[in-house]
Amino acid sequence: MKIIVNGQPQQAEKNTSIVALLQTLSLNPRQLVIELNRQILTSEEIANIKLQADDQLEIIHFVGGG
Amino acid sequence: MIQIFLNELPLAVAADTHLAQLKAEHAPQADLAIINGFPASDEARVQDQDRIVMIQRGVMPDRAQLEALMMARHTPGVHKKVSQSRVGIAGVGGLGSNVAVALARLGVGQLILADFDLVEPSNLNRQQYFIDQIGMPKVEALKANLKRINPWVQIEIFAGRIDAGNLGKIFTDVDVMVEAFDAPDQKALLTATHLKQAPDCPLVAASGMAGYGGSNQIRTRKIRKNLYLIGDQQTAAQPGCGLMAPRVGIAAHHQANAVLQLLMGKEPE
Repeated sequence: MKIIVNGQPQQAEKNTSIVALLQTLSLNPRQLVIELNRQILTSEEIANIKLQADDQLEIIHFVGGG
Repeated sequence: MIQIFLNELPLAVAADTHLAQLKAEHAPQADLAIINGFPASDEARVQDQDRIVMIQRGVMPDRAQLEALMMARHTPGVHKKVSQSRVGIAGVGGLGSNVAVALARLGVGQLILADFDLVEPSNLNRQQYFIDQIGMPKVEALKANLKRINPWVQIEIFAGRIDAGNLGKIFTDVDVMVEAFDAPDQKALLTATHLKQAPDCPLVAASGMAGYGGSNQIRTRKIRKNLYLIGDQQTAAQPGCGLMAPRVGIAAHHQANAVLQLLMGKEPE
């Protein structure tokens, strides 16, 4: 199925969880803010939600330092 | 008659008035006088539109005098707005301590500072603390330093860890919130929690300011409604690429300027 990640169309397996997608992108979910269809997700939601066709995902990545 | 500004307040005086006369009439205790930015002698004659500052060494201006000074520098419109504003800063390390100093110098009316950390020797390379403050809780040390800049900024402090349960209770009714943590998971957690709990309050966050790479790679970006992210978005702090005063300061001042823009109803960019 097609999903949109940071504005770019991307193919994903049906019923893929957000966590599984992040693993394939080598991203640590604890360092991200994730927006699914314009809603900010909690860490529980990131762990549990499965993606649907045409979902729009925005991934904001934080690096250390301050 | 000509018009001058004495300690930032307008004043009408006779043309050809000597500085000594002005001093005798308006500031007999003053030790020194500065005309348009330069020290001047008693014999100097004041000119129309001169800005004259009379200083008595060791005596602090009172609140009204400092307000007049800030209003003259910042314009009355900016001064009124910022002095009625309330800004929260989560984390007062390299980013947060520098943001706080800039906002105190602006005259932001109320600041809320939260951090669990103590001042360590290694912090002195970029954070707004002094060597005699090592070991103090950062929020207490910073409050003391800000009060030396502007004693009339109201400062609330929270010395402890911030989590999803206490975020809204620490930062009540803020006009703008600043994310100024160090650890990436803390940055992400604060950002997500704030946007969930207070979606109508803008957040100015930062990511990527380690090392001594290009200054101009530090940028202010709007990510979504009420989320502004400052930094180069990639340079993490790691061995061989540490956090240093110049670039952390650039990012912190992007954050402070974004706060000012938001308070003035302008979209940060």
